Amino acid sequence: MNKGTLVEKTATCIFTICAAVAIFAVCAITFYMFFKGTPALGEVGVADLLFGSVWKPTAEQPSYGISFIILSSIVGTSAAVVLGVPIGLLTAVFLSEMADKRIGGIVRGAVELLAAIPSVIYGLLGMMVLNPLMYQLEKIIFAGDDTHQFTGGANMLAAIIVLAVMILPTVISVSTSSLLAVSDSLRSASLALGATKEQTIFKVVIPAAKSGILTGVVLGIGRALGEAMAINMVAGGAVNLPLPFNSVRTLTTQIVSEMGYAQGLHREVLFTVGLVLYLFIMIVNFVLLKARRKGVTE
Amino acid sequence: MKKKIISLIIAGSLMALSLTGCGASGADTAESNSGSLALAGSTSMEKLCEAMSESFMAENPDITVTVEYTGSGAGLESLAAGSVDIGNASRAIKEEESSQGIVENIVALDGIAVITDKENTVEDLTTEDLAKVYTGEITNWEELGGEDESIVPIGREAGSGTRDAFEELIEVADNCSYSQELDSTGAVLAKVASTPGAIGYVSLDVVDDTVTGLKLNGVEPTEEEILAGNYVLQRPFVMATMGEISEQNEQVQAWFDYINSDAGKEVIKKVGLIIPN
Repeated sequence: MNKGTLVEKTATCIFTICAAVAIFAVCAITFYMFFKGTPALGEVGVADLLFGSVWKPTAEQPSYGISFIILSSIVGTSAAVVLGVPIGLLTAVFLSEMADKRIGGIVRGAVELLAAIPSVIYGLLGMMVLNPLMYQLEKIIFAGDDTHQFTGGANMLAAIIVLAVMILPTVISVSTSSLLAVSDSLRSASLALGATKEQTIFKVVIPAAKSGILTGVVLGIGRALGEAMAINMVAGGAVNLPLPFNSVRTLTTQIVSEMGYAQGLHREVLFTVGLVLYLFIMIVNFVLLKARRKGVTE
Repeated sequence: MKKKIISLIIAGSLMALSLTGCGASGADTAESNSGSLALAGSTSMEKLCEAMSESFMAENPDITVTVEYTGSGAGLESLAAGSVDIGNASRAIKEEESSQGIVENIVALDGIAVITDKENTVEDLTTEDLAKVYTGEITNWEELGGEDESIVPIGREAGSGTRDAFEELIEVADNCSYSQELDSTGAVLAKVASTPGAIGYVSLDVVDDTVTGLKLNGVEPTEEEILAGNYVLQRPFVMATMGEISEQNEQVQAWFDYINSDAGKEVIKKVGLIIPN
């Protein structure tokens, strides 16, 4: 009896400490990002930094505008979601509603494998396969156009395609489990009322699994927003307006590519870029929390 | 051009002097050295200075070397003001600076090669054309006597020493419009090799047979041509002192002795630079 309480108390203690580590890490990171990221805001000026479009950190008259970089991140992520979520959702529908055991198993295995592939591999494939294809396309589309600067295929579109594939596993697995969680009585009721299988899926099952699917989408957004390695390899890396055939730089790749040699204010601004990215991720997570809560209350 | 050759000769003879000086002073003085050595100047010389000071301090544990990267001009100003022992500059010393008593000691030469993919038929560019390519005035290889292929100018990220040197030497600083900005020499090399119509710039020492190293104004990008002063995309790495090296304190002399030793030369080669003769 006495020994039992001792064990229990020790266990509680250990678990509390472990939980505290996570909380401490989050607090420390938040504090550090604000501590390092805010000074440059004051030095450059909030408007000049966030809304300026010229990024020339090493020029005689340096300019630290990151608006194109922020835009590239937003556009890249949204486009990847628009492209990836329908595919992911329909795959999830296939897995939960239609596939028989054998085919379902194959697809599920493939999705799990897709999730396990390191992002540098996605980048490598994008670089070797996607970029040359993009360059062919670019040459056809912009043939005879004197104002377009040819990017050699490393552009926004390539980044979007890579990101769309990368968010698939997240969207598929979270959506599948929430679709499977929808009670069969709903399906039966719908079918009994004379609805076809497709009508049942789109009018009954998907709406019922809405919050779970939304969670998957938000997780996907988080993944796309935070991806650096693959984007760095396929997006070209020049700071431009995020048009499909422009070479672009996102918040993540901005930090990755310039941290090495950056000094002084340039370095501080990179921390601010990190802070902006951090805030974006925080917003995404906040939305995620809301979506989950909504799911619970419903 | 003439000036460069002369400065090279001066630097060479200086080094020879300092070497013989080392032999005369003997080993016991070198060992009793202790104190600190302050350098300030060029950001482009960061790689060299870090590597050099690290191995120097391993050899001379009593001497603490601190290097600040404030820019070539600022480094020489600090030197003139007497706040540092050595001023680093990634350019030749100007006349008004040498009139203050600053002496140019060239420790290494930095060479940059302009590369294209293997398929490209253009082999020779003038520096004017090269500048126009990177500012976006020339966009097709046809205009340079090549085939009808769009030019894809590839460069390094802001803050890179190679980019810094390249833009400075062809006088397009902050005016370049790059198609791609990559964050490593290897990435530039790989991209240029795999992209038809691409042009890029990398340190001379990494050029391999996957790309073509372009001639500039008819001069091949080789170590010999750089040492002869004929190849334009080069700049000296100067560690300037107030007065001759022989007039400096023991720590500074030990530093230059180390740079001229085999171990020091090894460091210079390792960071991809050329040893001046």
